[in-house]
This record gives sequence, C-alpha cells and structure tokens, in this order.
Amino acid sequence: MSSSKVNILIVGVGGQGTLLASVLLGNLALKKGLDVKLSEVHGMAQRGGSVVTHVKISDETVNSPLIEEGDADVIIAFEELEAYRWLSYLKKGGAMYVNTQQILPMPVIMKQAEYPDRIIETIEKKAGRVKAFDALSIAEECGSVKAVNVVLLGAASKDLPFDEDSWIKVIEENVKPKFVELNKKAFAMGRQA
Amino acid sequence: MIKISGKVVNKAMEKKIMLGNEAFARGAYEAGVKVVSSYPGTPSTEVTETAAKYDEIYVEWAPNEKVGVEVAVGASIGGVRSLSCMKHVGLNVAADPFFTAAYTGVTGGAVILVADDNGCHSSQNEQDSRYYGRSAGVPVLEPANAQECKDYIKQAYEISEKYDTVVLIRSNTRISHSRGIVELGERVEKERIPYKKDIQKYVAMPAMAKKLHVKQEERMGRIARDCDTMDINRVEMGDTSLGIITSGICYQYVKEAMPDVSVLKMGMINPIPAGLIKDFASKVDKLYIIEEGNPYFEEQIRAMGVEVAGGKDMFTIQGEYSGNMIRKAFGLEVPEIENQAAPGRPPLLCAGCPHRGLFHVLSRLKKTVMGDIGCYTLGALPPTSAMDACLCMGASITMAHGFEKAVGDSKDLVAVLGDSTFFHSGITGLVNMNYNQAKGTVIILDNRITGMTGHQDNPSTGKNAKGQEAPAIDIAGICRACGVKHVVEIDPFDIEELEEIIKTETARDELSVIITKRPCALIVKQPDIPYLVTDRCKNCRMCMKIGCPAIEEKDGRPFIVPERCVGCGLCATVCPFDAIEITDGGKEDR
Repeated sequence: MSSSKVNILIVGVGGQGTLLASVLLGNLALKKGLDVKLSEVHGMAQRGGSVVTHVKISDETVNSPLIEEGDADVIIAFEELEAYRWLSYLKKGGAMYVNTQQILPMPVIMKQAEYPDRIIETIEKKAGRVKAFDALSIAEECGSVKAVNVVLLGAASKDLPFDEDSWIKVIEENVKPKFVELNKKAFAMGRQA
Repeated sequence: MIKISGKVVNKAMEKKIMLGNEAFARGAYEAGVKVVSSYPGTPSTEVTETAAKYDEIYVEWAPNEKVGVEVAVGASIGGVRSLSCMKHVGLNVAADPFFTAAYTGVTGGAVILVADDNGCHSSQNEQDSRYYGRSAGVPVLEPANAQECKDYIKQAYEISEKYDTVVLIRSNTRISHSRGIVELGERVEKERIPYKKDIQKYVAMPAMAKKLHVKQEERMGRIARDCDTMDINRVEMGDTSLGIITSGICYQYVKEAMPDVSVLKMGMINPIPAGLIKDFASKVDKLYIIEEGNPYFEEQIRAMGVEVAGGKDMFTIQGEYSGNMIRKAFGLEVPEIENQAAPGRPPLLCAGCPHRGLFHVLSRLKKTVMGDIGCYTLGALPPTSAMDACLCMGASITMAHGFEKAVGDSKDLVAVLGDSTFFHSGITGLVNMNYNQAKGTVIILDNRITGMTGHQDNPSTGKNAKGQEAPAIDIAGICRACGVKHVVEIDPFDIEELEEIIKTETARDELSVIITKRPCALIVKQPDIPYLVTDRCKNCRMCMKIGCPAIEEKDGRPFIVPERCVGCGLCATVCPFDAIEITDGGKEDR
C-alpha cells in the first residue's frame, strides 16, 4: 500500500453502525489535505441486509466513489459472513480485520443455505494480514456494544497512514461529547488488540 | 453566521465532507432558496432533511410528490426560489404539474430534483428520468460529485430565471449517497419578486396553453444553442484515438477505467450540446457513449448523424457500471477475481417491528395480500411470505379493488399499506372502493412514522419537517369520512384479537378498514430486556416462523440472541407452550 492512496471497504449487517467509521476516516483525510470519497448504503438494505461503505483516500483526485473488486487495501468486517462475501474486493496481500461475530441471515436460519465453514482460513489464504478477534466483547468491556465500530477502526488504524494523535483528535471532533471518552478507550483497546 | 446541524460555520471557503444530498441542500441554501416541499424517497430524502436544518428556508414534507411540486410552483409564482425533491418514481406522481409548469415557466427560480436508482438498491424499478426532461421540455442538469451537486443546483436557479423555465436536476444513488469534499460559500438572499397577475402565463387553459407551448419550444431552442458554450459541458482532450461522451457517475467510472482518453462530460443533459458533440466527434478517431440506463444520449447522437463506434451494444441497460466493467468492455486488463459463493442476506423487518405481528397472522390465515411500498414490503419475504403483489405507492387498495371485481369476492383478500403511504395516495383508492361498492378490507399499518426512508414525519405524526408541533391528522377519521362504516383499531402484537378482527372484517359484506397501531421499533425506546427460550421448549419452531432477526438456531433448538433481542415479546406470544420467558432480572413492566 502506498501512503498516498488507500482504499478501505467497511462491511457489515444493516444496523451495526458501519457509518460512523467512515465518517471518522473521511474527516481524517480532509484534515490531512487529501482527497476522499465515501459511498454508503441507505434505504432498504439498512434493514438487516448486507451493507458496505467504500472509503477512497488519495493525494490525487479520487474519481469513482466505489472501490473495484481486487482493489481494497484494507477491509474492516463487522461480521464473518460479510468478510467472506466481500473478500473478492481485497487486494492481493491486503489486510482484513474481522469481528468474529456471526449473524445468521434468514436463508440460513430457514435452512435454505448454509453458513460457510472455515471463513477465517479462507481469508487467510488470500489476505496478507488477517486479524480476527472478538471486537464485540472489547466494546462491551469499554461500556457499550455500539463502540464495536471504533474498536475495529482502532485495530485497522495500524494499517492506515495516520498517526494516533490525529485519530484521537478526529474522534473528539466528530463524536457526541458524552461518548468521546468511551470511543477513545475503544479505539485504544482496538489498536492494542 | 449560519447554523448547520448545531455546528456554527462562519467563514466562506471552508471545506466539509458532505453527502451528495447534503451538498444539494447546501447549494439551495446558498442560492437563496426560500421554500422546499418534498415527499421522502430513497435516494433523495437527505436533501430535504438537510434543508430543514437551515433556519432561512421554509421546508415541509408534503403528502406526496405531486403536492410537493405544486407547492414549489406556487412559491415560484409568489416570487421566491423554490425546490421539490423526490425519487425517480416520485416524478411519475408529480408528472402532471411538472409537464404544465414546463409551459408556464417561473417567476422565482424553480428546481425539481429527481434521484434515480440504477441498480434498484431501494426501489421497484430503474426508470431513467432523463427522458422526463426531454419529454416535458425543460433543461436537465446532472452532477458527477458532491461539489458539483452544490454548484449545479446554484446554476440551475440562474438558468431557471434567465430562461424562465423550471429546471430538472437528475441525480442517482451513487451521486446522492456518496460523500466528497465540498467548498462552502455564503448564502445570497434573493429579494422576493413582487407578484403581478399574468393569466396569459399562469392560467394553463387551451387558448393560453397553445401559445405557452410555442414559447416553451422557443426557449428550449435558445438553451440548445447556448449550451454548446456553457462551461457546465466540458471537453477533456487526451488520447484522440478514443473519445467518450458521458455524464454523471459514469464520468467517474470512465476516468477510473481509462484516465488518458478524450472525454466530453456533459453537465447539461437536456438539451444536449449538438455543436460541441459534433466538434468532439470530429477530433477523435472512435466515439463511444457510456451511460447507465437507457440509450438516451446514444439515440440522440446517432440521430444527429454522428458516427458512434459503441454504446449499448457494449453495455447493459440494467444495473450499475464500474471502472472494471468499462475496462473489460474495451478489452483492457482487469484483475482476476475469485468469488466465494456466500449465502444471501436479504433485508428483513427489524427486531421488535410492529409489522411482524400482522404478517404472522396474515401468513397463518393464508390471505391474498395486495401490498404496498414501505418497510412492510419485506413481509413478502420468507418466512412470513405474506404478500402477493406490490406495484407502486397506494396501489394496494386499488389493486385489491380490481382483484375483488375480477374474482367477485374479497373474503380471502386484504390490502396492506402504511400510514404515510395511505396519505400519499391511498385515500383516493379508499374513496373509489366505497363509491364503487367494494366489500374488501384495507389494513393500514400505523407505526407513527415514515419508516423505510429513515423516519420522516408525516401528516399523522404530530410533527412537521422542522420537528415542530403540527396537527396530527386522524387516519380513522379520514376513513370514516370516506364513508367506511367499519373502522377498527388494534395493536398488531395482540395477535389473537387481530386474527379475530381480520376474520370478522374480511367475512363482512361491506367495506372495512383495520388500523394496526404500534410505533416503529426504531423510534420508541424498546424494553431491551432479552427473552429466553426455556427448557419447556418442545422445538415446534413456531417462534422461528415470525422471522425475527434475533432468533437463530443453536444446538438444534431455537435460540434468542440476547444482544439482538429488543424485548418486544412477540415470540413469547406465539409460543404454544409458554416456553419463552423474559430473562431473569428483567421486569415485564419496566
């Protein structure tokens, strides 16, 4: 990954709070004087469907707001099946951060489909680096399961071209005051995970 | 100094990350817009939501898009700049005022913003709204990023007033729902233009309309001549062996796929700049047209006699494009992709959703269900599978009526639609049913909000678009006023009673309305005390038939995932063995 251009895909299940992570990334890029585009999912898929946010940061003009398949430097996955679904977007040797939570989709609950086995192993074969961990428990430890997004962002931050102070600052500036401490803690614990 | 979402922005040239839709609202604000009237619809909703945060703009949710456009036209006649926003299918509803406002022109600048949904992310079709501008005879602008969203809407007001015309802005999901860096400007207040009566201009009756039509043709002719030199249409010359004509999001895909080729990027897409196109075509060896949707540009450009090397013969009409898709079409290298077959994850009704109770009962009673547009369309999916048709806003009632007239009976039939959809275009259908002596049953899901689009207020919620108190219009009262004698209100989680009511009302030989009342689970604080499957469970799996996202299977038995359960208790209600209980420590009445 060149420090001047980074593509990050954030994937999860509608309602998991994937949007805050992208807002933080976007504002971080803006502060650094880089160009940035983000593409989000609103509407029907937000009701428990598969959701994806594209984040493209570059020191040159960003054209398409969408990351192409095989062109994501980092994928942040809030759920295992979603990590697996979007794996084709990861660059050869890219980094994948996975919250090891499984949310069964309705076709699996109804036994019309099977939840894939050995997801992390499959990802390991393709990704350069895989960090699969229970971000939900860490978030809970920090005080709210809702902080899972910032825990994951903290973990992925080591693969992103921004220093820790900038991250802390962008959290302070974009999170509601009463949740700032919680999110700073979540970020720090994610970074250590 | 102005306030946006509580933050104070006081200097010009500040840069912000904005959603395309937020940038549209910002542009309208800077252009001095005074009146906005819209009906929510993905992907257009956030334009109006953001506009509502500016104190200087009057913003309202209209009951439907036709009302929204008419309000905007009235505001324009009243002398101020106005805006109405909608999703693509909303423009069908608003087509009536739109086509004639195209004749009358404007006093204050009037802009209609329409957001298409290529790829059907959250819509029932992929209609290409560009044809509306061409068919009605109004100029259409199409931005390609968030900055252009802001710039183009400002330009749209200039064009609207300069040429005395309504202007259509065309966006789509990827433009409206992408964020980018936007440079902010200051608002420029526009003095209201004093009203002057002019029936030749504004009374569209036959004698006037004929003359207005001629004027409209003249004005479009003028714009067609001028648009060759408008800077909104831009030529980027590069490698001249290949020339691409494109617009909007496709411009971004082209730049991604082939950064070195020559490009004509159109910002005004009706009328298209014929002189510029011919000139561009003459400077490149081969000309291609890249546009999502129908061959809108291609047919016009071919009709000019310009030689086109490729267009829809290389690309689909359905769906969205991408950089790699374009590279592939031109025989360029793309990375090899290995795809994992992953089970789908269709959207579903949220945990605690009030609609779940109704669809469970309809599924059990095996009714034929004429459905409608909203979150509750998800009731069509397994496991409830309790919907037979869904067409457009308000069509549940009218389709049920037609079905009844075809079958001659409505005992096994219901229409199902939401509160906001009822106000949008259900009321006229109900009037029709009563007037034409239907015997059917209409079920109105009153969840006190417009849910699917992200919780906008509507005429029944008691709040307006600015979040201020407003009269709450009583749905039952409207039904009675339409002449419906049997109007019943019920909590959809009281499923035994609900089942009895549905049986009674559908068996009745008279028109009836059932209103299920329970607020959306996302707007009212849920108990959040999870339920638990106890060892009294006989594994009958009744609880799994309600399709709750919190109920999974673990070790061959139903299992309620505590962090996903919101404590609505519907599973406990449907369990025939009383095997589901609220967890220890929780109190039922908390």
